[in-house]
Amino acid sequence: MITDLILMNGYGAYVWSAFAFTLIGFLSLYLIINFQLKKEQKRFEKNFSALTEEKYNVAINQEIYKEILKNSGSKI
Amino acid sequence: MFEYFNPYRIFKINSNLQKIVFFCFILVLSIGLLEALFLSPEDYLQKDSVRIMYVHVPAAWISLGIFSVIAILSIAVFTFKNKNLILISKSLAPSGILFTLIALVTGSIWGKPTWGTWWAWDARITSMLILLILYTLYLLSFRIFEDQDKSNKISSIIAIIGVINIPIIKFSVDWWNTLHQPASISLTEKSAIHSSMLVPLIIMTAAFALFSVLIFLMKYNTELIKIKNKGLTRL
Repeated sequence: MITDLILMNGYGAYVWSAFAFTLIGFLSLYLIINFQLKKEQKRFEKNFSALTEEKYNVAINQEIYKEILKNSGSKI
Repeated sequence: MFEYFNPYRIFKINSNLQKIVFFCFILVLSIGLLEALFLSPEDYLQKDSVRIMYVHVPAAWISLGIFSVIAILSIAVFTFKNKNLILISKSLAPSGILFTLIALVTGSIWGKPTWGTWWAWDARITSMLILLILYTLYLLSFRIFEDQDKSNKISSIIAIIGVINIPIIKFSVDWWNTLHQPASISLTEKSAIHSSMLVPLIIMTAAFALFSVLIFLMKYNTELIKIKNKGLTRL
């Protein structure tokens, strides 16, 4: 039964490779975009903590900055 | 109208939606794979090789859909001069290029047992290859040109000119003699595909659509944080 599922009447190599290519493509793109997102979040956090007190007080009151910090799990 | 396209508003919605979309994607994909690989029947003529249809066709549909949306947004960029629309279309492109590649590669794999060849310069395959080139040029334009206004203009022009290719892909099977069969599914007419095959096809299409939404949400947030990073240094 399992052999039948794998071989698929001689078409197994074609079917499984098409599905494998698709799933590997999904996983690769997800990992790339996730890596880019984490990298930007870390960079943002680093830049934010390097702000002078005056600039920090301006930035911390902006909603978008607060939201970015919240989503990156920042403790700032 | 553009208050709905406010970056802060989109960012906030995106952040909350990502986990929900990810969960839905995994769930729908699992059901789709089960249906496509094990539960759906084999074709009387193509036998089990027909299962490739469940990844090939949704990938092709969604790649065309995403490029059409990018083209519409690009026209809107020129009309309304709203830069956030560029950000939206730029975030849609990565999943679009992946789906075009999947459609081409899985089509090639399907072609070998069905037509006896991996590749043919058939009208539909060639126009899909052109779509892949257009997606590549579109994404490259953001990397090549350092001037943001210039890259925005050039990418939008590529998308607007490239949209001519969409009806060519769609109607290539009617306009030319190709190896591809005419469309089996229509919005206006009864489907030529039996429900036992149509249901897995729809489920897989939903899974692919959810994946492109997930990638869009992540990419949009990445691009927005990148812009805000530049803003921080200018404070």
